[in-house]
Amino acid sequence: MKKIPILRLNRILLVSIQEDLTDNEAMQFQSDLVNKVAEIEALGVAVDITALDVVDSYMARVINDTASMVRLLGAEVMICGIQPFVAITLIEMGRDLIGADCAFNLDQGLDMLKTRIAGRGDIRFTDDGDD
Amino acid sequence: MPVAAPPDTGPVARERGLHVICIRGEQHVMQAARTARQLAERLGFTRNLAYHVATATSELASNLAVHAGGGHVYLRPLAGPDGHPTGLEVIAEDQGPGIVDLTLAMTEGYSTASRLGCGLPGASRLMDEFYIRSTPGQGTHVRAVKWRQAETPEPKRAAT
Repeated sequence: MKKIPILRLNRILLVSIQEDLTDNEAMQFQSDLVNKVAEIEALGVAVDITALDVVDSYMARVINDTASMVRLLGAEVMICGIQPFVAITLIEMGRDLIGADCAFNLDQGLDMLKTRIAGRGDIRFTDDGDD
Repeated sequence: MPVAAPPDTGPVARERGLHVICIRGEQHVMQAARTARQLAERLGFTRNLAYHVATATSELASNLAVHAGGGHVYLRPLAGPDGHPTGLEVIAEDQGPGIVDLTLAMTEGYSTASRLGCGLPGASRLMDEFYIRSTPGQGTHVRAVKWRQAETPEPKRAAT
């Protein structure tokens, strides 16, 4: 079973989904991430899906659910790097398959996360001495 | 027509342009999508259309894995009106429980397995032609076709 590494950058977590996940892998990924967010009280999570070229409704759901779970805990989420063809296909397929906020790439996603976190006035972030 | 399950000879078998992907679990879904994309690209589909086909194939293969306990995906180039292979046919077939209410299954937002509920309607929107036939207790047969050009001169309504 594939395990998706969760990288930590101060109070932000980085995950990169490189391949389609099966049901079990998705469950495992979601619980790993949610636990990690809770454990370190992460303020933001960036989910990079640059490497995914086929996002069907199932993967869209996994991504969306994961974002919602993380938000419920109190962290900001940014989906990064959706490919143009994936975007076209997702919208053609219908409805709001991805409801979370998105960014062009990880770089921009991290910037946006930091801006948001700073906008919350959360002193824990500045206390960490980021940057 | 129910056929006996062929021997497990690896996930993809090829025969005169026909690609058969045996879906026995979710791990084979990606294989089906990738094969569909490669085939579409080889037929000269734009990248955009190739991803449409790949995503629709992924939806159909995923249905086989999740709802039907496995099945087969058949991918085949189709000749267009000018005789050149300009179309790609995707057939997903299973001997699973079948779909009792097809209208309901094709309805946006309806799902029995707590999924997004846009698998079938989504796949049909991504393809140019989409036919589905299901007999409860016997299985489901889906045939979908994508043409290389955006507009097809009168798509043939061939019987499935």
